[in-house]
Formats: sequence, structure tokens, C-alpha cells
Amino acid sequence: MLSGKHIMTMADLTADDVAQVLDTAVSFAEVNERRIKKLPTLRGRTVINLFLEPSTRTRTSFEIAAKRLSADAVNFSASASATVKGESLRDTAKTLSAMACDLVVVRHKYAGAPQMLAECMDAHVVNGGDGIHEHPTQALLDLYTMRERLGRLEGLRVGIFGDIAHSRVAGSLVPALRKVGAVPVVVAPATLLPARPDVLGAEVADIRGSGCIDGVLADLDVAYMLRIQLERAETAGFPSLREYARLFGMNAKRLAMMKPEAIVMHPGPMNRGVEISAEVADSPRAVVLGQVESGVAVRMAVMYLLLGGADSGAAV
Amino acid sequence: MEYRTKAEVMDATAIDRALTRIAHEILEANQGASGLALVGIMTRGVHVAQRLAERIGRIESAEVPVGSLDISFYRDDVATHVHPEVHRTDIPFAVDGSTVVLVDDVLFTGRTIRAAMDAVMDYGRPACVQLAVLVDRGHRELPVRADFVGKNVPTSRRERVRVQLEETDGRDAVEISEPVGEGA
Repeated sequence: MLSGKHIMTMADLTADDVAQVLDTAVSFAEVNERRIKKLPTLRGRTVINLFLEPSTRTRTSFEIAAKRLSADAVNFSASASATVKGESLRDTAKTLSAMACDLVVVRHKYAGAPQMLAECMDAHVVNGGDGIHEHPTQALLDLYTMRERLGRLEGLRVGIFGDIAHSRVAGSLVPALRKVGAVPVVVAPATLLPARPDVLGAEVADIRGSGCIDGVLADLDVAYMLRIQLERAETAGFPSLREYARLFGMNAKRLAMMKPEAIVMHPGPMNRGVEISAEVADSPRAVVLGQVESGVAVRMAVMYLLLGGADSGAAV
Repeated sequence: MEYRTKAEVMDATAIDRALTRIAHEILEANQGASGLALVGIMTRGVHVAQRLAERIGRIESAEVPVGSLDISFYRDDVATHVHPEVHRTDIPFAVDGSTVVLVDDVLFTGRTIRAAMDAVMDYGRPACVQLAVLVDRGHRELPVRADFVGKNVPTSRRERVRVQLEETDGRDAVEISEPVGEGA
């Protein structure tokens, strides 16, 4: 059981909750290796994936997680929904509530949409990414992957590279790392940092001298490369994608500057040749597919812990 | 609710003898150890299964694989109870065509065994599933019956049966306890 009813932000989870999600996910990872990848656990429960912003991988991951737990998963996407006909989020929430669903996963382009949804319905709400705010299940699966590959979380130095100011992935990963005793270090040119980087709660790497990331790599355990959003590269805080790749992208030369056991992570989808070179993306030290794999197990754990049980520990 | 120990119904020697007898009975019923596999139900069932496997190994000089099963995700009460600690299930043998002996410490309502059977089936199609328990305390809620029983212990529903094993509790004993202060 988790301490809260919803997962909107990392702040909704205590350190114990995080540990419980990660430990439970280990058991679900085992299920995902079986021939019959299905458990009867959430039979009869309904999970709605309300994705009001385009997403394939996160939605698919949640959908597979729900189905492997025998819940009925229904997808509700922006283009097919009444929202394009002008229905407000509040009315959408009430409509879904009237259909008696048990859990809603919501992805929305505005921060705070999951909170608003939760206020007008009885179901559990999981934030599947809201604007540039948070994406908590991504952070949980990242922690899971780090722990699996490196054997621990406490004390890890995790460099987060890229557009910190507009990244919901960083928005959840920074507090998540702090919660488990790891050290987040954000690495970006000043134009890609928020106006007040000091309130992030992460170390801010000083790269003013060299103007590139080379100097910060040696003592990191993880290099987490955020996706550069090509669709907004025009207005982004750097002159060109080529320059970004040259100064801030992960490549084989930079990988060689890292500790031999250090890993490279990316939330996907990758822009090969921009924030990560093809060579690094395909190397065994990039754990991008491992992250995707963990995603299903971690989301199964989140659903199980939210939907299961009013009280705990009773034995039959 | 608080419980107080009412009686010790098995001591270390009694447990040891019961397990040795069950090991012989399993071998007798299955005409040897070929195709046999033990699956213990978390957590004490696993230790009982390991002890049985060790005895079977000694009697037949054959190695019997032992798996461990966490049935949390198969329980019929997920809606009301979530188990705080979920363990990893480990079935290190091919279930298809094998004779699986499920092993648990206490048989009570039968619901755990129902869930365990479902869980095992998800790993393959065993030729046959049998059930061995250290203690059968009665009060079944499902049509489940053990093939091998260490001891039948008549209890009232309000009582608790507590199996302690060296591996988890530092001593071997089976105790019955009853709730305190409710007028016996």
C-alpha cells in the first residue's frame, strides 16, 4: 500500500513508497520473462489511459501493464475524444467517473491537469506526464533501472543533461534521486536551465569555463541524456543542433571519459546524433531498452499498490 | 488483537519425524523421485520444501528440484489486502509434465492453495499436482485436501497456529495461541 491515493508528483511518494514500488516491481519483472505473462491480480478493475497529448511508448507501457494484471485497459486519446469537440477536462473527468473506472492515467500538455482531474473523480489518478511539470512513473522506472544495473541507488552521482527548464522527466527525476539518497547534477547551458536553478534541489554543474560537458563526466555513475525537442529547436536556447551535439551530446569519446562501470540513460525517443550518438545508443553501456523493459514492471507495481487493498498484512 | 500461547502441539523432534514420514510417503505415492519437483509457498513453505527435498535426496540418492512461490498476485482478496512484502517467485525446473508437490506449513481455508495452483499452472502444465503440509488445522472454505499431512490439529477458528522453523525463527515448534481477554 502506498501512503497516498494518487501519484501526481514525486512529492506524493515517501521514501518507503518508492522502495515498495521498486521491490514489488522486481516480482513483476519476473512475470514479464514468463511464457504466460499474465496475472489475475486486478481482474475486474478498469484502467483508463487518458492521453490528451500524443504518446505511444508511455501509453503502450501503461496499457501492457494493466493487461498483464488482467485489468481492463481502455485508451482514450486526444484525437478520438470529445475534448476536440470542446469538452472541458472537468466534464471529461465526470464522464469517466460515471463509467466507474478505478484508475486513470493522464497525460496532458498543461501542468496540474492530473490534480484537477483527481478533484472531480473518485478514481485513483496517475500522472503520465503533465506539461513541463512531472512524469513520476518515468522517474520510478529510471530508479529501478539504475538499481538493477549498478546494484544500489544511495550515493550515485547522476548527471542530467539537456533542456532542464522544459523537462518533466528532470522535474520528477531530481526529487526522486534525492529521495533515495542519490545526487542529481544538472548539466546544461544557462539558456536551458530554469530561471532559478537553485530551487531545483540538484547540483548545478559549472560548465562556463569549457562551454562543454567534458569536465563533469569523470565522477558520474549515470549520464542521463534528455531528449532535445526538435519540434521546438527553433526557439531553443542554442544556435544549432550540430553545435548542441558537439558541445553537449554524448558520444564515444565522452563515454570513454566516464568511469568504466558508468551507464548512459535516455527516456526515449532518442534523437541519434543530437543528444546521443548512434554508437553510444547501441553500446551495451546505454540501458535505454532496459528502461523500457523496467517501465512495464514498475507501472504494474504502481497499479497493484494503488488498486490493491484497504488494509494490509492479513493472512489467510 | 493480542494472542497468548495455549499449547505446543509439535516440538522439534515431532516436526523432524513428520517430515521424514512425509518424504517416504511422497516417494511411495509417486514410486520414486523421477519427475518429482517440490514447490514451497512463501515463506515457511519454502523451508519445509527444502527439508523434504533433502530427506528425499537422502532416501533415494536423487536430487529433487525445489521452487519457491509467492502467491500475492494470485490471491482472491487483492481488493481488500495487499501484502506489504512480495517475494520473487523462482521455479527452476520445467513444469510441463512434472509431478509438482506444493508444500506449505499450515493448511487452513484452502484459499492459499487455490491461488498456488493457479500460479503453478501459469508456468506450464504439470502432469499432476499434490499437496504436502506440516499442519492441517481444518476450517476449509474450498474443496481442497492435502495428500500428505504432518499432523492434524483440531482448532477453533479464532485460534492461531504458529509454525516456527529454525531458518526463520531460530527454533522448530508448532504452537496454538488464542486471543487474550475475550472470554475463552
